[in-house]
Amino acid sequence: MAERVRVRSMMPPGHVRTPAYLRGKVGEIERSLGAFPNPEELAYRQKATARPLYRVRFTMAEVWGAEAENPDDTLDAEIFAHWLIPLDD
Amino acid sequence: MPHDHHDHDDFHHDGMSPSGHPYRADNDTPLTYWQVMEIAIRELLIDKGIATASEIAVQIDTMDARSPADGASVVARAWTDPDFKGRLLQDASAAARELGFDIGALRLIAVENTADIHNVVVCTLCSCYPRNLLGLPPDWYKTRAYRSRVVKEPRRVLAEFGLTLPLSTRVRVHDSTADMRYIVLPARPAGTESLSEEQLAALVTRDSMIGTGLPKSPA
Repeated sequence: MAERVRVRSMMPPGHVRTPAYLRGKVGEIERSLGAFPNPEELAYRQKATARPLYRVRFTMAEVWGAEAENPDDTLDAEIFAHWLIPLDD
Repeated sequence: MPHDHHDHDDFHHDGMSPSGHPYRADNDTPLTYWQVMEIAIRELLIDKGIATASEIAVQIDTMDARSPADGASVVARAWTDPDFKGRLLQDASAAARELGFDIGALRLIAVENTADIHNVVVCTLCSCYPRNLLGLPPDWYKTRAYRSRVVKEPRRVLAEFGLTLPLSTRVRVHDSTADMRYIVLPARPAGTESLSEEQLAALVTRDSMIGTGLPKSPA
């Protein structure tokens, strides 16, 4: 997984654990957490595949733009790998 | 007649009991959908022999027995034992178990407040909270107002809790969106060098472990 990632901006129906306010935003992997059962399957009692989970750190400037209280404050969230697009630059 | 004296009427006009608490309406309303579901599932589990009523009661007692005091003793140990603090920041679940706490499957991450960094915890999607260490969350933690605002204007929210942070302090908000739960390791208050671990633990508030407050100062 790249250091920098963009959260996929898809809006699938049903139970997902990726907050809408972070979709499309670019952050950095803070740490890798290992693999966890995919909640999108777990919620419907399907056989849940283990998916890699990451803590991703975003700046408030990235998340809220000019409305950020303090652009350098940060927000960390746990995002599954299938929601992340690696950015190589 | 004692029931007709003037003060009594005043209490009713204020909607307050003599001890100053608001009266709470009797809950004579029909059960909600989810209350019916909870009763149905509980009764099915018992009828099908999957769990007994006493096992369910024991689980409720176990959860009710957990309290912020458990987390406070973890914090106080980290303040007094640098090796333990290292282990806590590396794997907070293992560190809590090391102190004898039965935290079940809780996957805990400890985030450290320093001179330059202040951490605060939220669950925007629901109400994830390290219940297996700290017990049940405060009601405000589950409100839409806290959950939606603290990710967008954490400084304003913290100021409403009485905690105004300088711009030089970096605020780190942690949104518990998946399998991890978070505890803030607050900074040890100044002037506590001579305190015992137990005395230190008494300074650690629930809110200081959520990040909406700081530990108490020594008396």
